[in-house]
Amino acid sequence: MAKNELDSRFAQFGTVSFASVTQVNDFIGYLEEGKLMGTRCKTCGKSFFPPRAHCYQCLAGDMEWFEIAGKGELVSYSTLQYAPAGFTEEVPYTIALVDYGEYKVFGRIDNSVSEAELSVGTKMKTQISRTPNGRLTYAFMKA
Amino acid sequence: MGKVGIIGIGQSAFVRSYPGSIRELVFESFREAMKDARISGTDIGATVVCSAPEYDKQRSPAGVIAEYLGLNPQPTFYAETLCSSGSTGLRLAYSLVASGLHDVVMVIGFQIMSQLTSAESQERMGRGADIQWESPFGTMMPAYYAMHARAHMAKFGTTMEDLALIRVKAGTYGPLNPNAVYRKPVTLEQFQDPGSFLGGLVAGPLRAGDCCANADGSSCVIVASEDKARAFSKKPVWIKGIGAATAPVNMAGRDRLTGLAASVEAAGQAYKMAGITPADVDVAEVHDCFTIAELMAYEDLGFAKPGEGKNLIRSKETYREGSIPVNVDGGLLSKGHPVGATGGSQIRTVVLQLRGEAGEIQVKDPAFGLIHNVGGVGLYGNVTILGVD
Repeated sequence: MAKNELDSRFAQFGTVSFASVTQVNDFIGYLEEGKLMGTRCKTCGKSFFPPRAHCYQCLAGDMEWFEIAGKGELVSYSTLQYAPAGFTEEVPYTIALVDYGEYKVFGRIDNSVSEAELSVGTKMKTQISRTPNGRLTYAFMKA
Repeated sequence: MGKVGIIGIGQSAFVRSYPGSIRELVFESFREAMKDARISGTDIGATVVCSAPEYDKQRSPAGVIAEYLGLNPQPTFYAETLCSSGSTGLRLAYSLVASGLHDVVMVIGFQIMSQLTSAESQERMGRGADIQWESPFGTMMPAYYAMHARAHMAKFGTTMEDLALIRVKAGTYGPLNPNAVYRKPVTLEQFQDPGSFLGGLVAGPLRAGDCCANADGSSCVIVASEDKARAFSKKPVWIKGIGAATAPVNMAGRDRLTGLAASVEAAGQAYKMAGITPADVDVAEVHDCFTIAELMAYEDLGFAKPGEGKNLIRSKETYREGSIPVNVDGGLLSKGHPVGATGGSQIRTVVLQLRGEAGEIQVKDPAFGLIHNVGGVGLYGNVTILGVD
């Protein structure tokens, strides 16, 4: 990358990106490797998902990456029949929140899972995937 | 420190599409409030202007509005906390008066939403969430509240009919409110038909009837110090308690989706400051952007224990004649939700109730009224308690 160019890898995340310039762009690199990652403060140990560049607990900025893996519980979900501008071609799709215990992950249910298979409490796992328009994202599958 | 009172209230009709500009829309509620307060422009020390941004093209609306209302050279500024902007404005006005910096402060709330398409409007609301980590998934308000509805139903056995009953209540009072955008009664049967307008799914499990409508509207509340309130007004209504709180924007930061923690925290502050308990509230305006939001408010405000909100609506206790009348002006579900104007409209209804000037929807002899005004999905929560003494 040229010296004066801003690192805007984050522009590749999700169906539509609203925030391309950030200090946690390695998140995208890890998605490309098939991994969903959060960050942890090396000074005080506080973990963050979504990943952050700063720790507000100890004001340090020395973070390390860790992988979100394993199973979580489905806290809730909703299938949208109408979408905001930019997402209308993907309707219907299902947004969801999954609880991994130490942190929760917000995202979408994978298109391959039907709503009939889900209920509050269903065990889920997170998988890296592509949006219908070919961009990077992650989605929940049944575990 | 002296008391802080409300001496003037006004709102425009809330309509689908206002045939004018923002400054003209604001003038309508300003005029009503100024006539109500019987003051002149030179009596106003400062103005707080509140709305959600990006629905119209005027950047920095406060100055433009001050000019149109004839309020130069007094100070003005813009305040925003999404759908609770209006009550945040009240909090700021209270602070400006309580500090002694000003004697009389006006709070203007406004929103024109009709210049955007429905999809653009939802896109703006989706960007009220975390734009980096949530908006890329295509989020919007109905879907977030739908997740809360599903969680509440799974944990407490609340049903879709319970949510529909809340809309039926709103439809009882909407026809009585000349300022409401939706003035037709609503029946349970309309909900049971998925092919009907009200029964169609928007974001499961919420149906169109569970959702408030966008609208254009403005509101105006005039706040004064105790001395000025007693001088200007025959019936000042006093700000007895005022609480505010936040919760993480990102759903991933929330402990539970069965209530709004910001509401609980803000309510606790307001009750403590007013020296009252939930049982002392005689009339309430809560933020019913969606039916589930009203149900959760019953619990978050302590009108019912967690999970028991459904009992209040099933037994009609939140109707005008019940033990805790809630949203007897039709609420957001009937009035519509011009985002920045909503808080002021809720405050106006409670002030009218406490003055005994609420007409057909008058609750008998209320001493304390409560306003619960929430921004985003409980990202911001304001609870205000007003009293007659």
